[in-house]
Amino acid sequence: MSAALPREILICTIARLLDGVRHVAVGASSPMPAAGAMLRRALDDGQRPVRLSVLGSVEHNFFTNGSAELFDSAGQGRLDAFFLGGGQIDGQANVNLVGVGDYPQVKVRWPGSFGSAYLYFTVPRVILFREEHSPRVLVDKVDFISAPGTSAPGVYRAGGPVALLTGKALFRFDKARPGFTLESVHPSHDLDEIRAATGFAFDHAETPAATPAPDAATLSLLRGRVLDELAETYPAFAAEWRSDLAALTREGSPA
Amino acid sequence: MPQDLRAMARRVTPGMSLALPVDYAGVSMAMTRPLIEHGAGGLHLVCVPTGGLQVDMLIGAGLVATVETSALSLGEAGGAPRFNDAVRQGGIRILDATCPAIHAGLMAAQKGVPFLPIRGLIGSDVLANRPDWRVIDNPFAAGDPVALIPAIRPDVAIFHAPMADREGNVWIGRRRELAAMAYAATETLVTVERIVDRSLLADEMTAAGTLPALYVGAVAEAPRGAWPYGLWGEYASDTDELMRYAAAARTATGFAEYMAGFMGQEMPA
Repeated sequence: MSAALPREILICTIARLLDGVRHVAVGASSPMPAAGAMLRRALDDGQRPVRLSVLGSVEHNFFTNGSAELFDSAGQGRLDAFFLGGGQIDGQANVNLVGVGDYPQVKVRWPGSFGSAYLYFTVPRVILFREEHSPRVLVDKVDFISAPGTSAPGVYRAGGPVALLTGKALFRFDKARPGFTLESVHPSHDLDEIRAATGFAFDHAETPAATPAPDAATLSLLRGRVLDELAETYPAFAAEWRSDLAALTREGSPA
Repeated sequence: MPQDLRAMARRVTPGMSLALPVDYAGVSMAMTRPLIEHGAGGLHLVCVPTGGLQVDMLIGAGLVATVETSALSLGEAGGAPRFNDAVRQGGIRILDATCPAIHAGLMAAQKGVPFLPIRGLIGSDVLANRPDWRVIDNPFAAGDPVALIPAIRPDVAIFHAPMADREGNVWIGRRRELAAMAYAATETLVTVERIVDRSLLADEMTAAGTLPALYVGAVAEAPRGAWPYGLWGEYASDTDELMRYAAAARTATGFAEYMAGFMGQEMPA
């Protein structure tokens, strides 16, 4: 089997971060978190059921009480993991989904906070996922706090961020400090590049670990069952992935 | 255009608050054109809990004073261009919320109580910019601050559903946010794909997913009335059309040209 594609390493990393979850929710247009959750479900097959909610999807929605039910179930602790993106994410894991500049008349307006100001507090394992790893996304301080990374003592905080995954690296979040620690660097990237692309300070080992590539069994599960499942909800994403795999096979095969 | 859509639009008067559903739940796009023709402005839109094309069109048409929402976008087609422009120009008041806060406000109105407490929010700029929201100490357990969301009582709720019967009962299936909007609003206006002759309440299978006529002010038939949005169980979203709008509405001129076509055309069969 050919080497893993960069997006396959991300998906496998997401599946690792989801180890042990019973119920995970992903946003409507989040093919990679969905693929990671589908891979987790496939890996746990026969051991523990993994429930996946894709918000806004008809086929991956088992709720019958309207869009409030997801939030109600999260409030009760029935949702173990959730993904949050962010136009800006800062070193305290504050997330900004609203815009750039002075609120409310921001220079650049993004859609809005959605459920973040609630789910960040109630879902135990929130994974910050943003492929773009640049100083404009990973900032020292966000312009608007849609949802804060940590809370003052006494504030109800059953949930919060555990990790930040980008196209270049994986960070762990330490809420006691609070701050991020570089856990691993994805293949073909290095620490200097990550320092230059990150707008906040973070802890790191002198020689950071490399993000592990999936083993052959995981990769085969990913390119078989998971890719087929994913194609039902994200056909364009799945088609692009398939065509990248075809190109990889052509390059890798002897002339 | 059927006369009853126009008659329904006339129930909306300047300065009213309108509750409108999230793009996948059943947006009455069929009412957008009559609302714009009718021209009642200064509206306060409550998106349940997020908004999209319909809200962007009403903003572009100059009918909106305030948008209360957890988010506003065209989904896969990108940002909501007239909304984004209005925010930059300071042309509308924006009340940023979070999804469960909108649900809590409607639930409070449904129960006839002044507010509902919800978790989260504390320490966010969403809360900091909502002077109408409060934080109190949990009266049952000290040292536990909790946010309070006042009741949201829209003047009018407007949505689209698959079917209604002759008595005005509306089948909403499991899209319970449509019921939540109707319970909270003073009046509810509904467009449907079809009106059926049998009573939706006579059969337990349909009765469970039916919003009773008690909450419904008017119903009109509007086949493919969610287009270019889809309607669950009926038809898919027309993403190409949403993309076409997104590209056109980047400028006020492009928006005006798009709307000239939109206002003139018949709904596709």
